[in-house]
Amino acid sequence: MNKFICGDDAIAEGVRLSRPHVISAYPITPQTITVERLSEMVEDGSLKSEYIHVESEHSALACAMGVSSVGARAFTATSSQGLLYMAENLPYASGARLPIVMMNANRSIATPWNIYGDQMDSMFLLNSGWIQVYVEDAQEALDMVIQAYRIAEDKKVMTPVMINIDGFVLTHTYELVEIPNQKMVDEFLPPIDMIDQKMSIESPKSLCISAGNDFNFEFNLKQNKDILDSEKIIESVDVEFGKKFGRYYNGMVENYKCDDAEVVLVTTGTITGTTRIVCDKMRNEGKKVGILKLRYLRPFPTEKINKILKDVKVVGIIDKNISFGYEGTIFTNINSSLMQLDKSPKTINFIGGIGGKDITKGNIEEAYELLFKEMNGEKQDRIQYMNVRCAK
Amino acid sequence: MTKKLNARTITNTELFYGHKACGGCGESLAIRLAMKILGERTFAALPAGCMSAVSFIYPNMAFTTNAIITPFAATGAVAAGVSAGLRALGIEDTNTVGFAGDGGTADIGLQALSGVIDRDDDIIYFCNDNEAYMNTGIQKSGLTPYGAKTTTTPAGKNLPGSITSKKNMFEIVAAHDITYAATASVGYLEDFMRKVQKAKETKGTSYIHVFAPCPTGWGYEANLTIDLAKQAVDSGLWYLAEYEDGEFTLNRNPKEFASVEKYLKAQSRFKHLTEENIKVIKDQRDKKWQKMRKNWVR
Repeated sequence: MNKFICGDDAIAEGVRLSRPHVISAYPITPQTITVERLSEMVEDGSLKSEYIHVESEHSALACAMGVSSVGARAFTATSSQGLLYMAENLPYASGARLPIVMMNANRSIATPWNIYGDQMDSMFLLNSGWIQVYVEDAQEALDMVIQAYRIAEDKKVMTPVMINIDGFVLTHTYELVEIPNQKMVDEFLPPIDMIDQKMSIESPKSLCISAGNDFNFEFNLKQNKDILDSEKIIESVDVEFGKKFGRYYNGMVENYKCDDAEVVLVTTGTITGTTRIVCDKMRNEGKKVGILKLRYLRPFPTEKINKILKDVKVVGIIDKNISFGYEGTIFTNINSSLMQLDKSPKTINFIGGIGGKDITKGNIEEAYELLFKEMNGEKQDRIQYMNVRCAK
Repeated sequence: MTKKLNARTITNTELFYGHKACGGCGESLAIRLAMKILGERTFAALPAGCMSAVSFIYPNMAFTTNAIITPFAATGAVAAGVSAGLRALGIEDTNTVGFAGDGGTADIGLQALSGVIDRDDDIIYFCNDNEAYMNTGIQKSGLTPYGAKTTTTPAGKNLPGSITSKKNMFEIVAAHDITYAATASVGYLEDFMRKVQKAKETKGTSYIHVFAPCPTGWGYEANLTIDLAKQAVDSGLWYLAEYEDGEFTLNRNPKEFASVEKYLKAQSRFKHLTEENIKVIKDQRDKKWQKMRKNWVR
């Protein structure tokens, strides 16, 4: 069945199909349509979940942790200030290995106040021990909710997943989305079964324990190893999803026309769609351009990135965030990855879209052209700011 | 009601032991007894604080039942999630309980607790009140009484220790129109146990605020915990009451108060108090009791 819905609706549809036991959420723009739809689904009985109206985002995730700690499936959703308000609970949940799924509507951070989309919010939490995925359109948003539960609840992973969806550009834009059949989703996503890592009457446990200087490091190492290793599970879940539903997202990264490309733009989320249009146009003009769509920022797919980019001349990295006092966060991560190659391509950072500032097709084309200039020996500034009016 | 709970009738089975709390700790006594009454099918949520610090040190766990440490502000929210998760999974006949301290309840955890009561989540929330942040080294909380010396309310030439009084948590909770709330003291354990039993039988949220002296933070010998907990009630500086069906009831109404001076002078945190300071404390007490005796005695 196809439905003409927005990104927030799509997330709600994905949640309905994933049958969480409990949803705990607090409203924040631009996530609100999702929690409104979920409330309606609970009211009309099409979703048999408990909906808990928590009094803050901090409690939204804390409550989800309580739900997950007894082996039930939990969902929550947030954005921006809300994500930062619940921030201490993110490493808390991941350290306790609770397989919660959370939608984050990527939105700017105050101040100045702004409700529009950039990716400053989720970048703050890159180190929180959550798997972070970024989606390009509403279909991918829906599909990723279902995939996220499979990944998070995998015995080898047991790590919460944050699904990042660009504020307004995706949360509030409408497209035709295929709603998978419930029976097929049930076959793909079996009921949650945490076995050991939960509190239960049969086998009582103490959770979220203290581990002093003697043991703490080892707990953290184990967590890091499992997140690194989750790449394999992420890939296999996507392959299986593709076979069942006919939509495969290329796992950790998508290689779009990079194989013979001289210059490549690295994208996350919705800007990928705009970049595809420009890339296709320039390809038609005989220019060797490509896109590396980075789907996951944690775990960070170093090997796959390097394999795609190793023969590229110049790589541009689009960052809808600034790590104040340095550069775009994805740029830093990509550079660190490329440094592992014997010969690393040149890289240029394109910071844009901050506070919802538009990134146009024209801006993308300019970015590609700038990469070609660099390739041809015309030295460019390492950090470029897209579509700004003030002095850079 | 089941049989009367006292030293003879309560179970010998221990569900909370082997922890590393100080000798004479009032708070751990309250948890130990509460757990005996709540039983093995109990899920306990404890925020950062003394009790979580001394009972979850890997690999030694002090609860034989299910227990989880929560973020400091989130006792209520985590407990609400546990309770909802169990209900959603169809696991019946369980108790979900929060054991927070005074700071974890009256300060940082107040918002989450308010949400719990507002939704009438099926949990029992204990505030184990030892009148300061003891785990971090005796700093003032919203439940530190007037005149108490703590490490952030030093007593000196200019200040008599804490210049604020205890936040009125019991009535704040009652103002939410909670199903059941009570105050208690580890000095009057049969009263406390009766209230725990009542909370256990309550559907929806219940709240028990138990006064629990702390030898380390208050500066007294460990064997005096019960005696001081009794004196606090007898001198009118604490009170035993219940809130049920929208009505307050004062459970213990002494004809004459025991000595406030004796209670205060037994603790090093109050040693510096002048007669004038003590008069402030007594005046506050009298005002409070006048109101309680007028409205809460039936």
